Amino acid sequence: MMAGEIVDGFIQAIQLIVTGNPEVMRITLLSLEISLTATLLSALISIPAGALLYYHEFFGKRVLVNILQTLYALPTVLAGLLLFLMISHQGPLGFLSLLYTPYGMVIAQMILVLPLITGLTFSTLNGIDPAMRPTVLSLGATKLQSIGTLILETRFGILAAVILGFGRAISEVGAAMIIGGNIRGYTRVLTTAISLETSVGDFALAIALGIILLGVAVLVNIVLNLIQSGSLVKNSWAS
Amino acid sequence: MNVIETEGLSKRYGEQEILREISLSVPAGRIFGLIGPSGAGKSTLLRLLDLLEIQTGGKLRILGEDPLSPGSRFRLRRRMGMLHQKPVIFQRTVHENIAIGLKYRRESRDRIDSRVRDALHEIDLPGYSPRPARTLSGGEAQRVALARALVTDPEILFLDEPTANLDPPSTEKIEEIILRLNREKGMTIVLSTHDMLQGQRLAGSMGVLMAGRLTQVGNSLEIFQRPATEDIARFVRVENILKGLVIENREGEVTVDVSGKIFRAVAPMQPGMRVNLLFRSEDVTIDLAGSMKSSARNVFSGKIKQLVASRPVVQVVIDCGIDITALVTASSAEDLALSEGREVRVSVKATAIHVLPER
Repeated sequence: MMAGEIVDGFIQAIQLIVTGNPEVMRITLLSLEISLTATLLSALISIPAGALLYYHEFFGKRVLVNILQTLYALPTVLAGLLLFLMISHQGPLGFLSLLYTPYGMVIAQMILVLPLITGLTFSTLNGIDPAMRPTVLSLGATKLQSIGTLILETRFGILAAVILGFGRAISEVGAAMIIGGNIRGYTRVLTTAISLETSVGDFALAIALGIILLGVAVLVNIVLNLIQSGSLVKNSWAS
Repeated sequence: MNVIETEGLSKRYGEQEILREISLSVPAGRIFGLIGPSGAGKSTLLRLLDLLEIQTGGKLRILGEDPLSPGSRFRLRRRMGMLHQKPVIFQRTVHENIAIGLKYRRESRDRIDSRVRDALHEIDLPGYSPRPARTLSGGEAQRVALARALVTDPEILFLDEPTANLDPPSTEKIEEIILRLNREKGMTIVLSTHDMLQGQRLAGSMGVLMAGRLTQVGNSLEIFQRPATEDIARFVRVENILKGLVIENREGEVTVDVSGKIFRAVAPMQPGMRVNLLFRSEDVTIDLAGSMKSSARNVFSGKIKQLVASRPVVQVVIDCGIDITALVTASSAEDLALSEGREVRVSVKATAIHVLPER
């Protein structure tokens, strides 16, 4: 491929984005829709789960935390494969007909994101002043109120965990490809579309989608930095 | 009525025994001081009493209830408050920090606002409501934490070394608030401190905790003048601790031989008994050799060995064959022209000496 082609690809890509090309928009919106859904649903489960993990001592807790942390790096293709085996027509959950649907993709991304948010919520809570729990109890909190206060107190760390989860969800390609099947207008998302367009030689569309994906990543990073610097400033007041 | 009653209360973490057989009662409306060196178990005892931890042995009754009976733990906790040495401050505004206990109790917003306003006034930080609490200084943060414990009107307030990290003005402020709460609201206060003088300033009665045991309970004067053990004597800084042998007891007035020097004191010990004589340096008087006679039974001559001035007082160590420490005001040290090597006479009244059997 010549340098000229790359430059042309970039110029066309910018045109596609600026003119609001319907294909580009549709893919972007679907991507955001699936990954945001997966992240929010995961957060709803993972934050309480992380808090439960923090609040309870039980046999094997250390091992469980280690497993969760290992799953941060679970290869997305592997997650896709495992879920495929479960929900394919011959699989035990095949009757749910989730294969090649956005719902299936949401579940696949949740498998990737759940351990991440759960583990990071746990670590964040674990990092707070050990005197906080007795203080909250002493102030008359019920168990539920106490968990709420502690989560609120670590809101910056937990929000960062959620954003990291979203970053993992939107950027993964392996599970989206296997479970979604890259069906145009139905399960085609940014990453799978880039993969396809590259293989068929439509570099302009691939680059345009790549720029958007990169933009989302940059945005996620900026938000994360803002949150963390904000919390850093507040923490430095305490010292 | 006793709001706190413990009987044989013990706490161990694994093999380590932190508290052993604590039996204590605190009547309503009292300020009770818990003194003892660091690591003696004061914080653990307060955590047991505030029901943040469960004892491993013995009985506990708080406000007439057994905290181990179903449901009462949480209910009782809501009738008490606690302030820690290093307060936990939430990453929110001062208002939200103070309001948190009231929010847990689902009080109305109006009531919360007015209670928080009153509390800020009480701790002398009016107008601090909207500030981020993490920006406060150590003394301010401690006052906010105190206000936070107070807005829920606790019947018992526990203070764990409340001024240990504070500068003198903040300490004074906190002590003033503590005394006022007790006086005006009749709040029962249990306070731990390693600062005996603070214990003396605030607490009507005190308990001494040494290595997990409650070794003496009494009013502060008793503990300072008549410590029950040599350890306590050292802790409350009784400067003169002399080992001796009782050689005579005449109607309760004992004669004790301390390395050849004869002391007289009031005690029931019989001849032949080994004892410790304890007396505070402020009970020792100094005059110049050859001046008028005094009524003191124990008069010794010696040479000044050391003078340590910490205005407005001077600590004087006199070598009379045995070292005796005296405390005089700086002005009387000047009047007497005290200096190292100078010959003086020291005297201690027999009634100022506390006699303890040696262990």
